[in-house]
Amino acid sequence: MNIYVCIKQVPDTEAILQVKDGNRVNEEKIKWIICPYDEFAIEEALKLKEKVAGSNVTLITLGPNRVESALRSGLAMGADNAIHIETAETVDHKTIARALANAIKQDAGYGVVFTGKQAIDDDSYLVPLYLAEYLGVPAATNVVAFNHEEGKITVEREIDEGAREKIEMQIPCVVAASKGLNTPRYASMMGIMKSKKVVIKKLTLADAGITELKTKIRTEKLYAPPEKPQGKVIPGEPEQAVKELVRLLKEEAKVL
Amino acid sequence: MANIGVYIELKGDQFKKSSREALDIARKSGKDVHAVLFTNNPSAYLEELKGVKKVICVKDANLTYDPVMYADTLAKIIIDNQLSDFLGICSAQGKDLFPRISAKIENATLLNDCVGIDLANNRFTKPVYAGKLLSDFIIEDEYRLVTLRPNVFPAGSGSEGTPEVVDLAPVRNESKGKIVEVIKSASKRIDLTEAEIIVSGGRGMKAKENFSILEDLAAVLNAGVGASRAAVDSGFASGDMQVGQTGKVVNPKLYVACGISGAIQHFVGMKTSKVIVAINKDSEAPIFKKADYGIVGDLFKIVPMLTEEIKSKL
Repeated sequence: MNIYVCIKQVPDTEAILQVKDGNRVNEEKIKWIICPYDEFAIEEALKLKEKVAGSNVTLITLGPNRVESALRSGLAMGADNAIHIETAETVDHKTIARALANAIKQDAGYGVVFTGKQAIDDDSYLVPLYLAEYLGVPAATNVVAFNHEEGKITVEREIDEGAREKIEMQIPCVVAASKGLNTPRYASMMGIMKSKKVVIKKLTLADAGITELKTKIRTEKLYAPPEKPQGKVIPGEPEQAVKELVRLLKEEAKVL
Repeated sequence: MANIGVYIELKGDQFKKSSREALDIARKSGKDVHAVLFTNNPSAYLEELKGVKKVICVKDANLTYDPVMYADTLAKIIIDNQLSDFLGICSAQGKDLFPRISAKIENATLLNDCVGIDLANNRFTKPVYAGKLLSDFIIEDEYRLVTLRPNVFPAGSGSEGTPEVVDLAPVRNESKGKIVEVIKSASKRIDLTEAEIIVSGGRGMKAKENFSILEDLAAVLNAGVGASRAAVDSGFASGDMQVGQTGKVVNPKLYVACGISGAIQHFVGMKTSKVIVAINKDSEAPIFKKADYGIVGDLFKIVPMLTEEIKSKL
């Protein structure tokens, strides 16, 4: 099976972010990582490859030059191939999904396409479902359990209150991974060595079928939210402090 | 005159609370409000829907959530009624459903998880990087689809005027995926993204069993139980309980952080809580800089005391 994983490079979760020019993030001192949800996607793809003989895993991403390092990290985990749709432009999510769908369709057929359930930079929750629509295949989001048997996919997706929906899908399909699905492996030394030899396939947006950029949503202003004022530590022995806390929550904060 | 639509998410036979928040924004927009419900019994909701012009009621023998049927039906309703603005909530269902609707409509743009909305001036505010930053967006498209973060906007109630009710059959296209079962959680849990109060535990909880003291406190407060990434990674709590940048972003009126140091990746997931309480034995823990109220001490003593004190005072 030709398995695909769509990944995105994002700032590290510990990064302190600064705004540049009023509407974008200052990228100068940022440490970049693969979006953590995409790592669950890569891991599940590798597990599927190990299960289905003759399979291979292709990573695909879109972005400027820097995103190549995310592809290299994913290759080091054990993926076989990588596609980089190169653009420095800000493009909207429908355009991204169209480009990914076209690039995947150009290859030699596809089985399961994995993604993360969301990117932890723009937190949009859009690309997996747009991608499924443009590929014309079923999709499940927020997936915490994945099973492949007899040419059919069964997944569980988390919904409200700890409940889950169990979903059956035909292949090909899109699966958007969430935390709890698996524990992503670390890259091995051999994996790192091997990944350096992989030739990343480079596509332009035009190669991926995007000839006109129609971005219908734009960031007018990006800014830090107001800081919370420093609170107070309640002094005293535990008994008194707890009594005082409950009084403050009732009378001052009025939340009880 | 443009129309505005609201998808009313039901939970059992109840309005989901945040659907009232979306409805309130629509009522105040000055546009003709169309409310869409999937129910065979719309009369149960008409009191809540006063002030709405038209209620579109999707009726069928089987209305169980099916993302393809719901999305196809809603896309048709949006186009047929020229609902140039269409609102929903950024719930588990909203996140699964709205992108599918948006994908079906060529000239639609969706913005999920808004915390600020100014329809007249075309400004939509949404947290990015889990809330480390806020972004104001402008949408220049024929259809603007927006989901709202729960608990941010005021919930309105019915105003004047009884709506016209129109029945509709769902659109059923062939689907290559289907929900075969809904597996209920073993324990009755409160959904963290909509919870009014959350009690959360971190590495300082030391073991999985110790979460029972948080559950006791949560029971007297009718609260949800959350956890930090450190607690989840240590195996003390399940992944669906994680609050933070790689977990749930929550917005309760009271957040009680127990044994949580307050790393930025956790803090961004709960910082919009109205009141934050921290209980931690380390007086230098960063959480005390962010908390409204803090108690420095042994949480294994303090949390049970707090449970008893609240029991006696509420």
